Amino acid sequence: MIEVVRPGPLATVQDLGRPGHAHLGVPCSGAADGRALRLANRLVGNPESEAGVELTLGGAAFRFHRAAWIAVSGAPAPLLINGRAHGMNAPCRVPPDSLVEVGLPARGLRTYLAVRGGLGVEPVLGSRSTDLLSGLGPAPLSAGDRLPIGGSSGLSDIGVDVAPVAQPPDVPILRILPGPRDDWFVPDAISVLCGQPYEVTPDSNRVGVRLDGPKLLRARDGELGSEGMVTGALQVPPSGLPIIFLADHPTTGGYPVVAVVRAADIPLAAQLRPGQRLRFTPAT
Amino acid sequence: MRVRRAGDTALLVETGDLETAHRLHAAVRKAATGQDATVTGVLDVIPGERTVLVVIDPARCDLSRLAARLPELPLPESAAGEAPAVEIPVVYDGTDVDEVAQLTGLSRNEVIERHASAAYTVAYLGFSPGFGYLTGLDPALHVPRRESPRTSVPAGSVAIAGPYAAVYPSASPGGWRLLGRTDLRLWDVTRDPPSLLQPGTRVRFVRSPEDAR
Repeated sequence: MIEVVRPGPLATVQDLGRPGHAHLGVPCSGAADGRALRLANRLVGNPESEAGVELTLGGAAFRFHRAAWIAVSGAPAPLLINGRAHGMNAPCRVPPDSLVEVGLPARGLRTYLAVRGGLGVEPVLGSRSTDLLSGLGPAPLSAGDRLPIGGSSGLSDIGVDVAPVAQPPDVPILRILPGPRDDWFVPDAISVLCGQPYEVTPDSNRVGVRLDGPKLLRARDGELGSEGMVTGALQVPPSGLPIIFLADHPTTGGYPVVAVVRAADIPLAAQLRPGQRLRFTPAT
Repeated sequence: MRVRRAGDTALLVETGDLETAHRLHAAVRKAATGQDATVTGVLDVIPGERTVLVVIDPARCDLSRLAARLPELPLPESAAGEAPAVEIPVVYDGTDVDEVAQLTGLSRNEVIERHASAAYTVAYLGFSPGFGYLTGLDPALHVPRRESPRTSVPAGSVAIAGPYAAVYPSASPGGWRLLGRTDLRLWDVTRDPPSLLQPGTRVRFVRSPEDAR
């Protein structure tokens, strides 16, 4: 059992989401930076799909009543166990009755805490993820919440001391594939998109990263019929400013998608914080 | 059919119309659960108004081979098959019935009659889990959505906007015009499938016996 002492600005339970229900209007959800959650899980010997905690700008504290193994990954932040500093991206033993604190990340946005055995909250449609768009899964964590820890029988041994992880870049470069609706925009829209940096605006969340920067002009009027949307889609509303869809994005939408971020670069998008700049580049 | 790439883990197939989208949706689902080795690793199949989005796991599916295969899939005659229409009982006491009457120049009763007499099909779902966009609404009832959405619309609200009819499966903000309410549960996570409505489901609205009182 883990007790939430302080959740920080936003803490949610996340696993790898609930794919397979999108035709019923159910977003995939799951860890916004799935790579970081998978790594944290591997470090404590869990299957990659176990549920952990996704912290937004850190600032969280948890009371562990029993001994446990944890790993923290994602946005690099100070990790304290009973006031002593520990490294990220490494399995850490938590003694009984301990306080685990994750501070403000120096860069990046989302830090993940995995516990050996996983979090045993009740799954909804096969996933323990909190979906902030549709309200499925557990509510965002608040002080006093208690999270059960799953059993550790049958899990792999903890083998790795520390995993090498690259620091999130100051100005990430996201590789994009044009389309499916690039033909709704003027011919140079992709070069405009890739020509200048964009800045992340404060209204970004798990649904999408909202951007300010060069506007993408449409080549045609009229309405695109609603169609399915993918994670990483750069949807362009009438403002001309693209939104990068993240885990909790709606399943369908009526604004054209000018390009899609490569799946391998979605973790970079998930770590963008308000005010940060980024660039797009055509994938080769 | 034109197949467009939607990033490196999905394909968007343009079907030209809704009916073909539903037939392709059914065909891809069938192929994904069957013996077709090209159609493996499919995570989601999402019909839209004139498209089907197929999302794959790149570790288990070759996107180029799938792109070549999709237009060749044999389509079923009809996506809905012989499944009977879902009947949704409605109490027509919605707060916007008068406004819709005003906007359309119809009487209250005509608005209700026209809504309850049409045959609908679920075009696609979106907006929220279990929220189906129903086509088949009488053109006389095509009214724009409200200029400012309500912050909360109760679950079970029966509503119209533009060419679509819908039932709010759960309480949410919403800008559609409310004609009435139903007790039928459209969304229940403990049910399999959780959504009463699926793409292609046929729907009828009937006046609830409670409405006569």
